[in-house]
Amino acid sequence: MTNPTTYYEPIIGLEIHAELMTNSKMFCGCKVVDSAEAPPNTAVCPVCLGMPGMLPVINRQAVEYALRVALALNCTIQHHNIFARKNYFYPDLPKAYQISQYELPLGVNGWLEIELEDGSSKRIGVRRVHMEEDTGKLTHLEGGGSLVDYNRSGVPLLEIVSEPDIHSGEEARAYGLKIRQILRYLGVNSGDMEKGVLRVEPNISIRPVGSTAFGTRTELKNLNSFKALAEGTAYEIARQAEILNRGGQVVQETRGWHDARRITFSQRSKEEAEDYRYFPEPDLPPLAISDEWIATVRASLPELPDAKVARYQADYGLSAYDARVLTEERAVAAWFETAVAAAPTHAAKTVANWVINNLFALMNEKKQGIEQIQVTPAGLVELIGLVENRTINHNTAKEVLAEMFATGQSAPAIVQASGLAQVSDEAAITAVIANVLAANPDSVTAYLGGKEKLLGFFIGQVMRELHGKGDPAVVNRLLSQTLAARRQA
Amino acid sequence: MRAPPQTVTELRSALRRGEITSVAATQAMLDRIVALDNELKSYLTITDELALEQAAAADRRRAQGEDGALLGVPIAVKDIICVAGAPTTAGSKILDGFIPPYDAFVVQKLKEVGAVILGKTNTDEFAMGSSTENSAYFITRNPWDLEHVPGGSSGGSAAAVAAELAYGALGTDTGGSVRQPASFCGVVGLRPTYGRISRWGVVAFASSLDQVGTFGRTVADATALFQAIAGYDRRDSTSLNVPVPDYAAALTGDIRGLRVGVPAEYFVSGIEPEVETAVRAAIAKLEELGAEIHPITLPHTRYALPVYYLIAPAEASANLGRYDGVRYGPRVEGADMIDTVKKTRALFGPEVKRRIMLGTYALSAGYYDAYYGRALKVRTLIKQDFLNAFAQVDVIACPTSPTTAFKVGERADDPISMYLADIFTLSVNLSASCGLSVPCGFDSKGLPIGLQLIGNALQEATILNAAYAYEQATGWHQEKPRIGRG
Ligand SMILES: [Zn+2]
Repeated sequence: MTNPTTYYEPIIGLEIHAELMTNSKMFCGCKVVDSAEAPPNTAVCPVCLGMPGMLPVINRQAVEYALRVALALNCTIQHHNIFARKNYFYPDLPKAYQISQYELPLGVNGWLEIELEDGSSKRIGVRRVHMEEDTGKLTHLEGGGSLVDYNRSGVPLLEIVSEPDIHSGEEARAYGLKIRQILRYLGVNSGDMEKGVLRVEPNISIRPVGSTAFGTRTELKNLNSFKALAEGTAYEIARQAEILNRGGQVVQETRGWHDARRITFSQRSKEEAEDYRYFPEPDLPPLAISDEWIATVRASLPELPDAKVARYQADYGLSAYDARVLTEERAVAAWFETAVAAAPTHAAKTVANWVINNLFALMNEKKQGIEQIQVTPAGLVELIGLVENRTINHNTAKEVLAEMFATGQSAPAIVQASGLAQVSDEAAITAVIANVLAANPDSVTAYLGGKEKLLGFFIGQVMRELHGKGDPAVVNRLLSQTLAARRQA
Repeated sequence: MRAPPQTVTELRSALRRGEITSVAATQAMLDRIVALDNELKSYLTITDELALEQAAAADRRRAQGEDGALLGVPIAVKDIICVAGAPTTAGSKILDGFIPPYDAFVVQKLKEVGAVILGKTNTDEFAMGSSTENSAYFITRNPWDLEHVPGGSSGGSAAAVAAELAYGALGTDTGGSVRQPASFCGVVGLRPTYGRISRWGVVAFASSLDQVGTFGRTVADATALFQAIAGYDRRDSTSLNVPVPDYAAALTGDIRGLRVGVPAEYFVSGIEPEVETAVRAAIAKLEELGAEIHPITLPHTRYALPVYYLIAPAEASANLGRYDGVRYGPRVEGADMIDTVKKTRALFGPEVKRRIMLGTYALSAGYYDAYYGRALKVRTLIKQDFLNAFAQVDVIACPTSPTTAFKVGERADDPISMYLADIFTLSVNLSASCGLSVPCGFDSKGLPIGLQLIGNALQEATILNAAYAYEQATGWHQEKPRIGRG
């Protein structure tokens, strides 16, 4: 396929559906369960089964979670909220309508800053954030027949609609990741796309560069990862460009992403699209959201990733990159901040280096999240202290950290038990130096003759004799002194 | 043998004095149902076992010193209201055999006060109709003349109460479905303010208009049932969280100084002269009792019918989408999933299908603004009419229906003429008012005529007392229908 960006500007908007991790469902008292694990139809009641005469009652916690998200995305909160009935028929939708916000959504006119690969950032508009309820799940059996599970029916669902400010698959992915990061920070969604608790659907069109009219758009579904989002979007951009280059016309339709074949395919054309016959839900009076409630929720919001990054740079002197890495997950950032708080003021950067360069490596290797690891923030600070007071050197400290990670023991205990304490005794080191120089007379001669690079060789030999436990600073100083003395001799 | 108690009030006295037990009173009703209901066809289901159990329990409660207005009183429940463990069909084949596992809020309340549920009464399918001819099961007859309809959609309840096959009954009123059959059957029918009674467990027809109402042979009886079921329910978000007054205490019979408005728009062509004469005489009686009569105007009255027939079908088209045979009710198997659903939905009757199509159309893209959207706006104007009127008067008096009960089959093929039977009752549902129908005479064929009294939101006590004063001064309620009297 030809490179589309040469001739066309892609216009992309994202619709994100996020289930809210509330205690109970949106309109009934049923528990919100992991629908991948709970036995089918065990978290259901007459309300979420749409039985005759049953009525919805709005879940206050769900509204509060939705408010958190809308505020975090810089939305204007509407005080007068209306729920509507979105009518369509499918057996996984028990009432044959979904209760959803339509004309008056909870949040409007928000925005979000995303970081691009070249390090620059870009602001993406958030058109609306609204509340609705999820459907059940239908499974078609191979031999005919269908099974339906209503555990998910009525689970609170948030729809986040972006403005068409996104221009590539990579931007789409960056936006999706940022939304997911915020949802996780707010504690309202796990971000698990494979389980379907977070669903991302881009609308994609392209237009000739310089044109202001929008092209015909397609909507992409079945994206089960952010990689698929980036690839699927890029594929769709290229597919549309090829059609236009051939002189063809893009068909307005819903397309699916085939994860194995890495292509998109037609699912439903616009002619088959439904008329949802929205009208205000008569079973629910308008939901009033007071300024007081908004203020309370706003005050309860955690520090969000962008604010954290700025603070880490300003207060801890971290690079933007390091700050981003540490704030990727709220729990990691919290772990890091606890460690920094326990460390001397100047040590924040050292703590950051230890976390990023060493702790993350161990976590990756053992596939453990920050919540699971045995190393405590105070434990890491203690380890750093041992390096700073020269009880152990840096390389030993890495080994100690691995031991801490594996056993949960403290750094001093490990150092004590394994005799890892560093040798700083000048007499002992001087003796080893004398041995090393005596064993390498040629090298000594060469060094004194001007090959000063050989200093590293001598340090290595001395450290080897000391089994790596020599205090590098002391070794360095005494070796330099000894050699200098020989030169003068 | 002493004559059996005729009213809830009389039965309560007899129970209190130990002259009768609830079990005996209930058995007498069940016997009467067996004897007469083959002709009348007011009940779809008789819950005799449940009734006798409840009666025995009520007798035990009474023996322990309890004495409520409805303790041990046998009543009937419209078959659109869920009673746990009893079939609830809403008059439709699509709910044939459906047995809800839950009680409606109103049924819970009745059980709490110890009322005895005799059975489930016939209704137009999903309460869509004004004659009970749209029931998918059978047609209920008017106890005053079996050739005539009892009105609808709560025709089963109205007929059962009129024929003394229950001491009182629950109905639902979406556009007049309690008041109009009360008028046709010569009983009292109350349609309270929207939100006064929880809709929890009431099969929905048009959610913004539906409200449970009560029937009694007297105002006091209808009031006793209303008292038991009124109140806030957190499971219905449209239920009103306001205290419930003592309605029985409000029945003083004193209406001196009561300002009664008579709307010009309700005495127009189409109204039967005998109905107009009786209603005007009733208004004169109110004046005689000390009320002030004021001419008023409700200028948007003529829009009530079209507004109602856009809003109610629109809401119904959404409410009825759930009957697909997947989770409950009958299922007609087809070639595949979609075919099965299609075949199952064919169980809806013609009037229900008509309204689903009307409502679907009114909500469709491109038509919404012209139909449903505009109807909502006009509904606001109708509401405002009533608010303006209630700034001047306490009660509005007018006919309940333009005619007395028509003959079975007379309007069955003409939906528009059928819709006109509710022309005087629809506005109450569209506004935030309450209304009732109280007997005010008979036409030359011996069919009952109803006086409609309308009150402002939550002013049930005012209209009930006005009706009570009128009833006590006239005694129409002492007239008995022919059925069961040879
Ligand atoms: Zn539920």
